[in-house]
Amino acid sequence: MTAPGATLKSSLDIKKIREDFPILSSEVNGKPLIYFDSASTAQKPKVVIDSVSNFYKYQNANVHRGVHTLSQEITVAYEKARVTIQHHLNAAHPHEIIFTKGATESINLVAHSFGKKYIQEGDEIIISEMEHHSNILPWQQVCEEKGAILKVIPMNEAGELMLDEFEKLLSPKTKIVAVNHISNTLGTINPIKAIIELAHRNHTPILIDGAQAVSHTLVDVQSLDADFYCFSGHKLFGPTGVGVLYGKEKYLNEMPPYQVGGGTIKTVTFKKTEYADLPLKFEAGTPHIAGGIGLAEAIKYVNLLGLENIAAYENSLLEYATIELNKIEELRIIGNAKNKTSVISFVVEGLHPFDIGTILDQLGIAVRTGHHCTQPIMQHYGIQGTVRVSFAFYNTKDEIDTFIKGLERAIKMLK
Amino acid sequence: MSIEEKENEIIEEFAMFDDWADKYEYLIDLGKSLPKLDDNNKTDDKLIKGCQSKVWMHSELIDGKVIYTADSDAIITKGMVALMVRVLSNQSPDEVIDSKLDFVEKIGLTKHLSPTRSNGLLSMIKQMKLDALAYKQLKS
Repeated sequence: MTAPGATLKSSLDIKKIREDFPILSSEVNGKPLIYFDSASTAQKPKVVIDSVSNFYKYQNANVHRGVHTLSQEITVAYEKARVTIQHHLNAAHPHEIIFTKGATESINLVAHSFGKKYIQEGDEIIISEMEHHSNILPWQQVCEEKGAILKVIPMNEAGELMLDEFEKLLSPKTKIVAVNHISNTLGTINPIKAIIELAHRNHTPILIDGAQAVSHTLVDVQSLDADFYCFSGHKLFGPTGVGVLYGKEKYLNEMPPYQVGGGTIKTVTFKKTEYADLPLKFEAGTPHIAGGIGLAEAIKYVNLLGLENIAAYENSLLEYATIELNKIEELRIIGNAKNKTSVISFVVEGLHPFDIGTILDQLGIAVRTGHHCTQPIMQHYGIQGTVRVSFAFYNTKDEIDTFIKGLERAIKMLK
Repeated sequence: MSIEEKENEIIEEFAMFDDWADKYEYLIDLGKSLPKLDDNNKTDDKLIKGCQSKVWMHSELIDGKVIYTADSDAIITKGMVALMVRVLSNQSPDEVIDSKLDFVEKIGLTKHLSPTRSNGLLSMIKQMKLDALAYKQLKS
């Protein structure tokens, strides 16, 4: 553990890295911005911003359509982006990578199309108590439509999933399991390898919501043997409005399209439509081309730094901030899993998270407050909301020190 | 005192603060000193749902004037609520309906009224005006 006052050791040159992110040198409310909300959306490095800007300046044309040069060139670039993502996740084929709007749409796609094909009345779907609303609502809707039953893996007080309870929930009726890799509210890193194995032992496919994971850890969908894995581009330092669904070829081939329209077909007559092969079957309409290209740039950037280096440094930020926060008497950290990523939720006795967030904002410190789209977690702990700080590799120990001082000031003002 | 006079009074009070902290401390004090709404008035039909902080608002018409009482679970929101109650309470329905409430901008707290703040305040003002409108129609 690093002694207070010392700089956190890292193989990364954080000072230099910060220069890659233009927004980090800006001011908010007259104070230098301290951005502790990367779990909501991460900031973008210049290479990503430039790739989006260059697309519109020099490359703009529609993909998969035109005979003209610009269209052909951008189609190649867009498909290259897909391959970059395929390699990053170690998927077996590029067509197992479906571009979506984000993790939310990816989950909706699977819930809709998988549900249509495989789920019937009386079947069961298993999710967990610590899911984001985006990984609850689509399944609830399938259950309502099909007359299926939603089962929930409980968590313990530390905020860890209870795998023995999960085992008891699995049955021949279980048609799909959907759990997150990392909790956006608690920071818990779930043992997804073990969870996937348990599901597969029951012959049940599984979707992993990786929205919070991809920016902190390397994901190998083949070694995990995940059936579906999804994430949002904007949490991985890429553009907003683009995301990814990885799915095993055999499922994606059997599942019907989610949305239909331009680009998804082979032939259309008024009697019958023959749909296109993967991945286009699931990509109706003109896609977010700049988004896909920008996301590939973000992945290249992250890989240049190395996700292992990133995780090690973020872990030191997490440890340091946890120790400092625990020194504040009236403060209680929500979520104390043994295996955590750089996300800390907390409550301060007698104070509303909204008030704390408002004062911190005045000090230029961006945190998230509220229920974080995870109301069942709030219900579990009997609270209305939390203040959540989340760190990325561009954050520093100095920023944590300034934040702690700001928090102490906010508590003093509000008490 | 008219709504405009009350607004000017608040603008003068806030003009004394040179930095944000003094302003917010004053707002917090206002929040703390606003009488709590009775629990029997803190019912769901009085609840104005914001995404983050909750606001309860109750109104009644006494001698032709609308009397508002309100509360919030967040203290800064409650301070803003106190300002609104101070300005709009004890005025005729017409005066409430016509009020522009531009003092909020003049004291530099407009961001608390932006829709993204999701603190329930904007909805509360809308509800205050709707109540006034209902009382006006009741009278005529």
